[in-house]
Amino acid sequence: MLLYILNMLVFGLGLYCLIAKRHIIKKIIGMVIIEYSVNLFLILVGYRINGIAPILSPGENPIVFSQVAVDPLPQALVLTSIVIGLGTLALMAAYSIKLYEKYRTFDMSEINRLKG
Amino acid sequence: MLEIILIFIIVGTVIAIETRNMLSSVIAVGAVGFGVSLMFLFLQAPDIAITQVIVEILSLIILIRTTTYADNEAIEKRLDTFANMTGLIFLGLFLAFCYWAFSDLTSFGQPLMNVSQYYLSAGLTDTGAANIVAAVILDYRAYDTLGEAIVIFTSILGAFVLLRTKGKKKTEEKDIEKVGIPE
Amino acid sequence: MKKEKIKELIEDPNLGMTLIVKTVARITIALILLYGFYIIIYGHLTPGGGFAGGVILAIAYTLMMLAFSRRIALVKLSDFWASIWDNIGMLAFIVIGFVGLGFGYFLFNFLSKGKPFSLISAGIIPLLNLSIGIKIGAALYAIFIGLSIYGRLVLEEEE
Repeated sequence: MLLYILNMLVFGLGLYCLIAKRHIIKKIIGMVIIEYSVNLFLILVGYRINGIAPILSPGENPIVFSQVAVDPLPQALVLTSIVIGLGTLALMAAYSIKLYEKYRTFDMSEINRLKG
Repeated sequence: MLEIILIFIIVGTVIAIETRNMLSSVIAVGAVGFGVSLMFLFLQAPDIAITQVIVEILSLIILIRTTTYADNEAIEKRLDTFANMTGLIFLGLFLAFCYWAFSDLTSFGQPLMNVSQYYLSAGLTDTGAANIVAAVILDYRAYDTLGEAIVIFTSILGAFVLLRTKGKKKTEEKDIEKVGIPE
Repeated sequence: MKKEKIKELIEDPNLGMTLIVKTVARITIALILLYGFYIIIYGHLTPGGGFAGGVILAIAYTLMMLAFSRRIALVKLSDFWASIWDNIGMLAFIVIGFVGLGFGYFLFNFLSKGKPFSLISAGIIPLLNLSIGIKIGAALYAIFIGLSIYGRLVLEEEE
């Protein structure tokens, strides 16, 4: 339970960064931190005490293996989600570069003012 | 052990959020990412640990590349006590609700494995892959991976469309010549 | 472009970083590419797989771009070819899926499972790993080209 709560503290800090900061890259950083926290939470939920990695080695007994290995399903989902995170990070970086080209600033409130 | 790494992650997060210099902020995010990767390794997920380390390197490069466009000082107003206090109160409320919600979850170390038990026991005979994670992402749930590939395809397409202002008239050789003289 | 021209570009001290970085990068890029392909091909036996290996391939080309210069990286693998490889990987995945449709359902594992723990085993999983690896590697390299070239070009022209 302590691990879950600490993990959610990371999530809350990322959310704070996403909402309260004005610099666009800080907002991107907040998004990245939220992503880490969610990935970590899924893996934490799938952990089994004294478990082993879900990879069979030659000569291992499959029945014993299936009783001690950790949950492979969250790992598979998180594996894809990490790479998606990189893709969305690149998209966000492209957006911020475009904003900088247009307004010559990374300041979010400044951009709002210039637009209106 | 896990708690210590998580506290390291929290300290790194706070540094990343509150530092004035953008470059050190980005590097603190890199430290957080490596902490997360270490955590994955201790949680018996070597697949994800490898991926996280590598993705972290590439995302650090991309973030530094973006940061160096402008001066790397953060734009902050001076400290507002009221806003900070409100933020802290809402963070506390959020954690309290999390505590309330997680009491329904199974406790740490005893996962609910209805589907995964089948994957673990029948994965080798069904698919022939020793790595059960690979068996899940490319055989049992290959649809999921196809969707992921389409998502990354779309995001790359979006970034290209955004960044490429030139239009498509230019051929490849002309592009290379135009790029020219890097400093 | 001709080979002598490329060599000239590589040895040009005005392009890219210093001689030390270039020498180290020349040795390590090949090793990184080899490691990436190892991670992809052994993805069904050891930790790794298409996603991790693809990002390693992208990192090798990114290192080339950072250590030498954008020009040399573009000569080795241009943005046009990067997007072509991206599409090839995507298409290979879908084609394998549709071949499976003839045997049962979409993405059916139609090849023989083989002996467990050997390199040729697990049916279509290594093939899918390879296609995913190529797709991810080419896509991330392409996006790095986009971030480092197109964006900068506009800024330089305006100033």
